[in-house]
Amino acid sequence: MTTKPDTVQPFKINIPQATLDDLQDRLARTRWPAEVKGVGWDYGTNVGYMKELADYWQHKYDWRKHETELNKFAHFKADVDGVNIHFIHERGKGPNAKPLILTHGWPDSFYRFHKVIPMLTEPVKYGGKPEDSFDVIVPSIPGFGFSDRVPMSEGEVADLWVKLMRDVLGYKQFTAGGGDVGSNVTKSLAFKYPEAVMAIHLTDVGYPTGQEDFSTMSQAEQEFARFIQGWWFKEGGYAMIQMTKPQTLAYGLNDSPVAWAAWAMTLLGEVEKNEKPLKSQDELLTNLTIYWVTQTIGSSIRSYNKSAQTESAMKPGDRVQVPTAVARCALDAPLPREWAERNVNLQHYSEIPAGHFAAWEAPEAFVQDLREAFRQILK
Amino acid sequence: MTIQPFQINVPQSVLDDLQTRLASTRWLDPVEGWAQGMNSDYMRELADYWQNKYDWRKHEAALNKFNWFKTKIGGEEIRFIHERGKGPNPTPLILFHGWPDSILRYTKLIPMLTDPAKYGGDPNDSFDVIVPDLIDATVGGQVRVREQLLKQTAEKSWQLMTETLGYTRFGAGGGDGGSPISQLLAVHHPDSIIGIHLTDIGFGATMAQHSDLSEAEQEYLGTLQMMGFQEGAYAMVQGTKPQTLAFALNDSPVGLAAWIIEKFRTWSDCDGDIEKNYTKDELLTNIMFYWVAGFDPRGYREEWVMPSLAPDQQIDVPVGLAQPPKDMSPITPREFAARNLKNIQRWTVLPRGGHFVAMEFPELMAEDLRAFLRPLR
Repeated sequence: MTTKPDTVQPFKINIPQATLDDLQDRLARTRWPAEVKGVGWDYGTNVGYMKELADYWQHKYDWRKHETELNKFAHFKADVDGVNIHFIHERGKGPNAKPLILTHGWPDSFYRFHKVIPMLTEPVKYGGKPEDSFDVIVPSIPGFGFSDRVPMSEGEVADLWVKLMRDVLGYKQFTAGGGDVGSNVTKSLAFKYPEAVMAIHLTDVGYPTGQEDFSTMSQAEQEFARFIQGWWFKEGGYAMIQMTKPQTLAYGLNDSPVAWAAWAMTLLGEVEKNEKPLKSQDELLTNLTIYWVTQTIGSSIRSYNKSAQTESAMKPGDRVQVPTAVARCALDAPLPREWAERNVNLQHYSEIPAGHFAAWEAPEAFVQDLREAFRQILK
Repeated sequence: MTIQPFQINVPQSVLDDLQTRLASTRWLDPVEGWAQGMNSDYMRELADYWQNKYDWRKHEAALNKFNWFKTKIGGEEIRFIHERGKGPNPTPLILFHGWPDSILRYTKLIPMLTDPAKYGGDPNDSFDVIVPDLIDATVGGQVRVREQLLKQTAEKSWQLMTETLGYTRFGAGGGDGGSPISQLLAVHHPDSIIGIHLTDIGFGATMAQHSDLSEAEQEYLGTLQMMGFQEGAYAMVQGTKPQTLAFALNDSPVGLAAWIIEKFRTWSDCDGDIEKNYTKDELLTNIMFYWVAGFDPRGYREEWVMPSLAPDQQIDVPVGLAQPPKDMSPITPREFAARNLKNIQRWTVLPRGGHFVAMEFPELMAEDLRAFLRPLR
């Protein structure tokens, strides 16, 4: 397998010191909002929590340490259709490593997969069999991380991914996986390019819009639809503003690190605020700092607007025909099997003890599930 | 109950800090137009003016020419403008601003109402005008949940007008949040209220369920629903997660300005040119009220969870409804307004103006208020 050397450039993360100093300076002079007493997280991100996180960010968190860790991966940048795409490309250590492209969501980043990459490339080291190894490709969606700051719809991202995998990296056929926005990208990829995609692995399969015909839905699906509707009403304001007026919101978020952290933590913190934390402060801050230093807060938020304005690759009722594995995440929305079957060609279904950011929160369970699923599907 | 004179005097440290923040703004990638929200070129232009030309102290001095007072009602401080009418028998009138405007909504209108003769009117139409500043100073502190905020505001305003200032009967008016506050005064103190003058029926009334809607009403509510998705996300965020938003709007002046200015433009009669009816100085002085006090982390949440005014609340006092043509919502059909407002005595569709019409076209508002309350004095 060969790559085209002229379009692919090795890449190292190296954030200018001035950017980090400026971040310090902003954290130090945060003008805090008032705190609504005694409401926990009901009114939004808790001020006490944010003060602790910001204090850690300013005084204890060490970006350079995490930058060095991240640079142990083989990073590249490639021009794909005029868009500069950042991606990690780690070769599998085993016979016939299968290519696997993993796509992150919002407000996570390529960092979602940092724990699972070595487990997938080198299964022997992590209790697996050598024939379970994957060539792992983890790109930053355009508008996110170290890719160009160009917001794109999920369908457009799928078009770039197939070019990245086939034309740039030379994989004629490959597997794919992801969650959140990454789930929609992965479904679009499988739906539009079934000849290239052998199998996909999802940790969510998309959500009812409220337009469904309830009479065709099972009891569990109806409950799921009601749950999602209630969730949107309580929690969905972020998506509504990101779809309709992303710029209005982004001025503040790109100017204030605590503003950005608080905005993202309403989603990243969903498990943290109730249960035992699944993500450490260091991990949360590395993810948040990636957005901050790349100034992709605005462009990532605008991708919601771009997707809302663009005709989606899959219409309501469309179903992915490529063999699909779905891992139901026990701490995420209560996804019923029937809903997965309605949306994809479900070949493997199981539950893992993770939240919405499964590969980050429960890497061992995620990897085990993905291995088993693809072993079964691709036998 | 003691009333003390009050003057606005923002600490210099707050103004210096604002300068530092404006100078170190970390700008976004520019986006053309306004379709994705606050326009990049205009945001830059406004921030540049804010930093280099705008003079808060000049506007502070001008605002302090009004007679400001403060007093405590129910243990909480309330600041208000109280201007006496120049005429034989001025009628007391309390006016309420909404969000994201401030007392600035009425600063041009006040002299027209107190001294009509000076503006080509009849001295018999003069008013004693009271305008409370409803923006609580919160930044950096701790605040309590306010159940039924609008009802509490109405109640405090009634105490202010009657017990503190000694008026027995008075008029009330406003738009945005000022509409439900005026209606709540009418509901809970009908004997004190001469009449209420509104520029919109209030958001709550559109939430009521009716099975007998006319065609015009169906069209009106349908349009509202469509506009709600495109333009209403700000309200959903402020209604559900105001604390999350508050981090941005307290720490970044451009963050606050973008959030406010986008709505001022959309809700004004300006054909997309926000400076058609406002100067940069006016826009920024209004923003300054929110910057200095801090964006309240309670937002709309309490009213969102439990509204003070029932969607089908009947109002029996005389009502004047003067609707600007370029408000956030289309003109409410009269039959819909009349479902709650049982005694509409003046019905006006203004020739010009948007959501903040008293700020855009104060003379239109002065004329309509005078005409509505003249027979009720």
